Amino acid sequence: MHASAVRSLLVRGMLAGLIAGLFAFAVAYAVGEPPVNGAIAVEEAKAAAEAPAGHGSHAGHGGAVAEPAAEEEEGVSRSTQSTFGLATGVLVYGVALGGIASLAFSFALGRIGRFSPRATAALTAAAAFTTVYLVPFLKYPATPPAVGNPDTIGKRTTLFFLMILLSVLLGIAALIAGRRLAPRLGNWNATLAAGAGFVAVTAVAFAVLPDNEDSVAAGFPAGLLWDFRLASLAIQAVLWAVFGIAFGVFAQKVLAPRADTAGPEIHAGAAAG
Amino acid sequence: MAEALVSAAVSTPSVAAPAPLPVRAVLPWAFFVGLLALIALYFVGAEQGATSVFAGTDVHEWVHDGRHLLGFPCH
Repeated sequence: MHASAVRSLLVRGMLAGLIAGLFAFAVAYAVGEPPVNGAIAVEEAKAAAEAPAGHGSHAGHGGAVAEPAAEEEEGVSRSTQSTFGLATGVLVYGVALGGIASLAFSFALGRIGRFSPRATAALTAAAAFTTVYLVPFLKYPATPPAVGNPDTIGKRTTLFFLMILLSVLLGIAALIAGRRLAPRLGNWNATLAAGAGFVAVTAVAFAVLPDNEDSVAAGFPAGLLWDFRLASLAIQAVLWAVFGIAFGVFAQKVLAPRADTAGPEIHAGAAAG
Repeated sequence: MAEALVSAAVSTPSVAAPAPLPVRAVLPWAFFVGLLALIALYFVGAEQGATSVFAGTDVHEWVHDGRHLLGFPCH
């Protein structure tokens, strides 16, 4: 009974993730690809300019720039990367995180306050966007092609995944702390206290963790970098907004009998009035 | 964090929380699907970048644009 409810939620979470991924792909193709192409053009222009002259002087740097350009020629074409490749990445990301988010929802339902399944789904999506993407993005923002130094990819990847893990754990800790404080401080003040705690500890983590100074090459156009990062933010915001709405609809249906006994929001409003 | 924020704003004392799903029912799915999902995310986010399970650059090249735009360090 319960296990089948969890399974239904999981399947619908992955479906909602797929739907969200389709929307995110549309945004990625429309606003994400232009700055990616712009960055590749910058990279190629730079490689072309450095190739004849910069042999002895910039051995390490020249090699770093030339390497990704060489990669582009073998294997997958740009038109495939920007369509099927992009779709694969975004859809797999959506389905995988949709599944994980539906399980987080299953834990959260009925344990985070008096929320209907639909409201719990929206909150789960908001929390996932914040902890899985937004907080790590603020410390280690997305970088377009051509700006990274390939020699530091290991360090940058480790720090990025570490930041995601840390941010998710801090979010869970803040949630638990908020629930513990609620009886003493009331919901509003407990939430403010937990939120402030999350921000404070995150700020300390930002200060303590090493920077990625080498993640953006000197001389890379600032406007292009801004466009790319804004596109990355838009993709994730759309992904999680659509997931929260779609999964909310599904979850409300799966849990309808339960929700009715608990009283959905409409009844809550009527009772309060 | 955001949960509790809206909680205070919209919830009313007269409404009970929905019955929680037992942790025992969620945990097996969480382990099994959580693992599969993390493997999938690894292939989108890091394979043939920082580390490689398979040799070559085909996986990296295929998901290249998605990896950049989703915020992962790519190369």
